[in-house]
Amino acid sequence: SCRQLSDVATMPISKVLIANRGEIACRVIRSARKLGIKTVAVYSDADKHSMHVAMADEAYHIGPAASQLSYLNKQKILQVAKSSGAQAIHPGYGFLSENTEFADLCDKEGVIFVGPPSSAIRDMGIKSTSKSIMSAAGVPIIEGYHGTDQSDDRLRAESEKIGYPVMLKAVRGGGGKGMRIVMTAADFDEALESARREALKSFDDDVMLVEKFVDTPRHVEVQVFGDRHGNYVYLFERDCSVQRRHQKIIEEAPAPGLSEEVRRSIGEAAVRAARAVNYVGAGTVEFIMDSQQNFYFMEMNTRLQVEHPVTEMVTNTDLVEWQLKVAGGDPLPVTQSDLRLHGHAFEARIYAEDPDNNFLPGAGPLVHLSPPSGDQTIRIETGVRQGDEVTTFYDPMIAKLVVWSADRTSALEKLRHALREYHIVGLKTNIRFLDDLAKHPEFIKANVHTGFIPLYEDQLFSRKGPLNRQTLCQAATALVLFEQYKGQKEAVDSGDPFSPFSMGSGARVNENFIRRVAFTDKDDNIDVTVRYQSDGSYVVQIGDESFDVQATLTQIEDNTAQLVSTINGIKADTKVVMHEGAVHIFAEVGGVEVTRPVPEFLGDSSSGTMGDRAPMQGDITHIYVDPGAAIEKGDPLLALESMKMEYVIRAPKKGIIERVLVAKGDNVQKNAPLVVYQEQK
Amino acid sequence: SLRRNVAGTYRSYYGERIATIGTPPDKNSDQYKENYVRMKELVAELKSNVATVTQGGGEKSIQRHVSQGKMLVRDRINNLLDPGSPFLELSQLAGYDLYGEEEVPAGGIITGIGRVSGVDCMIVANDATVKAGTYYPITIKKHLRAQDIARENNLTCVYLVDSGGANLPRQDEVFPDRDNFGRIFYNQAIMSSMGIPQIAVVMGSCTAGGAYVPAMADQSIIVKEQGTIFLAGPPLVRAATGEVVSPEELGGADLHCRTSGVTDHFAEDDSHALYLARRTVANLNRKKTTNIPIQEPRDPVYSVDELYGIVQSDFSKVYDIREVIARVVDGSVFDEFKTLYGDTLITGFAHIHGYPVGILGNNGVLYSSCALKAAHFIQLCCKRKIPLIFLQNITGFMVGRDAEAGGIAKNGAKMVNAVACANVPKITVIVGGSFGAGNYGMCGRAYGPRFLYMWPNARISVMGGKQAALVLAQVQKAQKQRMGQEFTAEEEEALMKPILEKYEQEGSPYYSSARLWDDGVIDPADTRTILALSLSAALNAPVQNTDFGVFRM
Repeated sequence: SCRQLSDVATMPISKVLIANRGEIACRVIRSARKLGIKTVAVYSDADKHSMHVAMADEAYHIGPAASQLSYLNKQKILQVAKSSGAQAIHPGYGFLSENTEFADLCDKEGVIFVGPPSSAIRDMGIKSTSKSIMSAAGVPIIEGYHGTDQSDDRLRAESEKIGYPVMLKAVRGGGGKGMRIVMTAADFDEALESARREALKSFDDDVMLVEKFVDTPRHVEVQVFGDRHGNYVYLFERDCSVQRRHQKIIEEAPAPGLSEEVRRSIGEAAVRAARAVNYVGAGTVEFIMDSQQNFYFMEMNTRLQVEHPVTEMVTNTDLVEWQLKVAGGDPLPVTQSDLRLHGHAFEARIYAEDPDNNFLPGAGPLVHLSPPSGDQTIRIETGVRQGDEVTTFYDPMIAKLVVWSADRTSALEKLRHALREYHIVGLKTNIRFLDDLAKHPEFIKANVHTGFIPLYEDQLFSRKGPLNRQTLCQAATALVLFEQYKGQKEAVDSGDPFSPFSMGSGARVNENFIRRVAFTDKDDNIDVTVRYQSDGSYVVQIGDESFDVQATLTQIEDNTAQLVSTINGIKADTKVVMHEGAVHIFAEVGGVEVTRPVPEFLGDSSSGTMGDRAPMQGDITHIYVDPGAAIEKGDPLLALESMKMEYVIRAPKKGIIERVLVAKGDNVQKNAPLVVYQEQK
Repeated sequence: SLRRNVAGTYRSYYGERIATIGTPPDKNSDQYKENYVRMKELVAELKSNVATVTQGGGEKSIQRHVSQGKMLVRDRINNLLDPGSPFLELSQLAGYDLYGEEEVPAGGIITGIGRVSGVDCMIVANDATVKAGTYYPITIKKHLRAQDIARENNLTCVYLVDSGGANLPRQDEVFPDRDNFGRIFYNQAIMSSMGIPQIAVVMGSCTAGGAYVPAMADQSIIVKEQGTIFLAGPPLVRAATGEVVSPEELGGADLHCRTSGVTDHFAEDDSHALYLARRTVANLNRKKTTNIPIQEPRDPVYSVDELYGIVQSDFSKVYDIREVIARVVDGSVFDEFKTLYGDTLITGFAHIHGYPVGILGNNGVLYSSCALKAAHFIQLCCKRKIPLIFLQNITGFMVGRDAEAGGIAKNGAKMVNAVACANVPKITVIVGGSFGAGNYGMCGRAYGPRFLYMWPNARISVMGGKQAALVLAQVQKAQKQRMGQEFTAEEEEALMKPILEKYEQEGSPYYSSARLWDDGVIDPADTRTILALSLSAALNAPVQNTDFGVFRM
């Protein structure tokens, strides 16, 4: 194991290149700066004005927006490292962070790769290899039998060997057909027979495989750290069970409910795993854990994980600092016995995506972005600022919200409070969904497992009903007051700066002005009337409900203000943001967008109806219609691929296609017109 | 002693303090309570009458109108105006009780001033639910009055046209005279020549003479399948030439936007048309400039609501007009002029919603001294380009031998001369009685105030009913005496009763407003707001210099 002290001469790093972007680049820059290390950023065309570029001491352009040609361009990045005089490259996560070729190249060029040796990346990158290495190192793995000997005896023996409960699965199977969970040896024969019978019927094939069955599995991972001197520590574990589309969205440390014994044994297993591949630097060993807290090795991530901050919060460490020191040849700053867990931390990943629409990733400008104010216990890890754009070229993560408190319950409360304070306008986010998760009774009880979201789907997607009237009332009031403010502001520049005509008072002679405000809620139109009272208050009528409103706007800044209102005697102070005709009300977590109908004569502007326009930036993969085609509402028009997912764009109205404006393979911008068609009523 | 002299010139410290006028009323006095209840009733009656008027032409015609996909006239105006813009509606009570059984709410036409795309506009909008928007004599008077206001105050005109044209049964009252139908188009031409934009939106019929409104406009918009413009409608065409043609073919949006060029913009519907009108106004390249300094407005110190209790319901009881002024002007600050001279007329300087004003208000009958004071004060305001506000509560000029000998006629003439010639914006509010020559001296309708409003308690006539009846009784008695006949008390009463009744009816603000002797009856509590809006509208035209006539000395 002399590989650790590799050919690269260890030396303190005085300048580091960060081969990444977004929040992690910013994160690395901050820790480097703390250590007095100069930072070099690299950027693509799309990131010219990004936060990480602004933060770094130097920044170099490395290519076009597509990551293949920029952040994955090994030669170019190495060239920048050398020309800028950086001794080391921090790869962050994603991109080149687990690329053996790149790690080797760095080695060859005499640049320190802040990460493990390429051999460790390689070993851990191949599933079967990693499993056998782990098994040999005494780390528990998921056993299984995929053999050709299909005799009852052999299958029974393998099951015994794996240990109950096991899962019998038809090799050709799918959709749960030909699958049986066998809890004890006594149930084996009957289960095998019925599984085979079902498999034969369904797939005309009854070949079976046997695997360890893990009930209500949790995703528990251990943060490990190694140095070039053969020292290893584990920094305890994180629970990342709650996932959507196999992506983590909410993580915590430590994993709730673990006994000290399990905590120690999972930690030690993780260290054995790291040691087995001569690991150096920060790594994560992922385990699957059953309801009895039995754990089995899944894989090792040979990089700094997205969710590393929760570990930092509960261990009082700066893992990036450790990475840079260890990469420079320093020994680990602590030993295992120095490490203590204290408190509890959560991380919620705030994504530009639409939870109500199958988590469709979004892109667009962050018109308004105001995070909760951070402190020692609330960290906002982000790489974007207000006015920046979330593009479809990269991960749509806007920020990581990390909170710490003395215990899980209070940390969860803090998380929810911070989510409530997180205000974003310009694109759809998952903030509300994160709050729905965080307040779910089973989540509060820490009954988490990887099937959590599908299991509680009905309760988690709460915003399915109509907009509540309180919100509509606030929206109508905010609209009226913003218009008033704008009128007054415009008057200031005129020759009649205090003109009573510009005060927005709605004054009428011998009667009260009753104003109609139209809103839309999905496909419904909502009519709201606002009666201007002579004392400056309003009576807002929505359906059969009427609200007495006294309100003013304070802290007005462009299209943002605090709406200080008393509605039917209830006082509230609510952030409101006006954007493209819609009113965003932050009375509840994540905010609510109250939209207004666009008149038909303005329908061809970018705020018009979707369907004949691209919902997001992407590549056209299919065109289903030709000019002249008669289409019904809902018929597929085109398919667009974006963020590795395909979206079918459907006709919003009945009509005849006149022209198709794009060709297969075109990359289109958000809101780009796709087809022209004649509407038919 | 030198020291003392210096000390004597020390100015006492007063900081930024400025004296206010007005006093808190005794709200528990019987008089206050009685006045308050009475005024409250009058205002409630006014609002209820206006609420009826604003309903337009009744449920059936509203239903028919709306079913055609057309907006009601007030909705059209609300959609034309900037959101939340005030609308200074004029003469709501025009035509009130004017044609016997025939009801013509608001005279069948809505006029008023509001802000469109940041520009103060005069809006003239037919209400097609009232007699198909046809022009009664009062409709024409109201339309012409709106155009006069627009011309005097340099206000862009937007006509929302939806009218069947002249009311044929009353052709003798609407067609031939100077201030009849033809004057509308004359005004359009003249205003256009003055650079006052004329914009027409055709949202319904524009038949015969009405066709000239869009045709005479600088720019016009027409709504598809709703708007029609023709000199003669299909029935008349058939009668004249035998040609059978549909209204749309004869003068629809398609024809006029594509073929004839009578209209410039094609609108899909009312809301599109109003949007196009807003865009048209936005492109007028107009900016309001004023040539007088404007301050930041301040509310009066006293509540406007107190006016209800302060104003006497009985004209014979005098109250101090300063209490009204204190509830109208900014910060209740009123710098009085010639306080001690001619003290039944109050004059002084103040600001209303930031605009400088000179105010003249009555505290009783006008004497020679008052007339001289008024003439002097008006000269001051005209030289300084300060708009004038007249608060009328006047029984007349002083009569009697002393008064005549003191030259009340020539002194009154000075005041009338000054009022007539004053070229600054003049606005009159009749807050009580308006009788005889007092009406002239205090800028009655004949003296060209830019706006004239009445409170619901106001009365207007050549003299009080009682005075008129007594004068006529005196004349009758003298006649009888000459013929050696007796004039009994019964005869006297029989003579006086109908006169009293006639004066009572004709002196009412409703009678006045129905005939457009004023620009509207207003709630006293709204006086400040309405004066502010009126002043702001007036200042669209730069304040001019004044040349007075010969003052008889």
